[in-house]
Amino acid sequence: MKTIKVNVVTPDGPVYDAEVEMVSTKAKSGEMGIMAGHVPTVAPLTIGAVRLKNGSNTDYVAVNGGFLEVRPDVVTILAQSAERAETIDLTRAQEAKARAEQRLQNNDGSYDVKRADLALKRAINRIQIAEMR
Amino acid sequence: MASLRDIKSRITSTKKTSQITKAMQMVSASKMNRAEANAKAYVPYMEKIQEVVSSIANGSADASHPMLTSRPVKKTGYLVITSDRGLAGAYNSSILRQVHKTILERHKSNDEFVIIAIGRVGRDFFVSRNMHVELEVIGVPDQPSFADISSLAKSTVNLYLNELCDELYMYYNHYVSPIQQEVTETQILPLSDFDTSNPTLTTYEFEPNAEEILEVLLPQYAESLIYGALLDGKASEHSARMTAMKNATDNAKELIDSLSLQYNRARQAAITQEITEIVGGAAALE
Repeated sequence: MKTIKVNVVTPDGPVYDAEVEMVSTKAKSGEMGIMAGHVPTVAPLTIGAVRLKNGSNTDYVAVNGGFLEVRPDVVTILAQSAERAETIDLTRAQEAKARAEQRLQNNDGSYDVKRADLALKRAINRIQIAEMR
Repeated sequence: MASLRDIKSRITSTKKTSQITKAMQMVSASKMNRAEANAKAYVPYMEKIQEVVSSIANGSADASHPMLTSRPVKKTGYLVITSDRGLAGAYNSSILRQVHKTILERHKSNDEFVIIAIGRVGRDFFVSRNMHVELEVIGVPDQPSFADISSLAKSTVNLYLNELCDELYMYYNHYVSPIQQEVTETQILPLSDFDTSNPTLTTYEFEPNAEEILEVLLPQYAESLIYGALLDGKASEHSARMTAMKNATDNAKELIDSLSLQYNRARQAAITQEITEIVGGAAALE
């Protein structure tokens, strides 16, 4: 099967760089799957998992928003932060989740609700992905 | 002439100072290497995002966004990156001097600009001159990650979007080499000077459309510009500190040398004097 090169890049350095058969992501407008030969596209991503399928092997990367750029020869994902499933610190993610939940529950106006909500989403996403490895 | 004991104590204290500066020099050297590595790790991200932004901004004529169009300037924002601590040679002073000079040249009153300060030295400088510091971040770690700076970057971009400032300049020390840093001024907002040398390689499909993508992409781009400058600034800070400490150590060594010479001369003079006294005394007895 034809493969396509995938790069996941963050300001703190590259996270993923490999040839895969299919990339599936969660774009703002819905799930998107990309295989070799896709038309050049740009799409914003939501907080979610990027699944990179190569044969029977699937890698997971947690991305926190960002972009997907498809070119004839390469797929680039630009995110402000991204973590591979293997490197996710599960306890830290759970702590972040608990903290965000607490902030949302007893919200006395001192926290930005939107921010806490986003933090919660990010934490849940990381936990889910960490459990998939 | 200073007494033997005075010279001796000066030598000891200079030696101790030089041990400290030597240690600081080595600490900065290792921090500089890591900062340089961080700055390198960031380059691919910057290149990619720049590519995408310029190809979208150049590629689709209908794509317009407030961050791309300039408007009449009523208020200018200055983002100034300095360090939290001193002992870094001319690192802070050269940058603050230039910002101060530019501001005095460009503006008549303090209402025409706002300052966004990263680093304690810069914050204190502007506060003591009664200049309005809108946002500040103090205590950025030596190896900053994007998360450390993202909230400041976001609020800075929001200043522009909410029309609290109409253009934004950034000042930082660009890392040229371990012994050379360069004060750099760049205009971040409105975004301009995209690389137009290679006209759009690819025409993209936009999902859902170009405007919505610019909506997300441009703030992210501006934020990453700020982060990049911070990484660059950190590398310069450590290298400036390393050079300053190296000079201090060298000067201490020189001082110790000249003091030792003085000490030995004084010691010799004392001995000579003692001998003359003994000889003189013996001669008087005869």
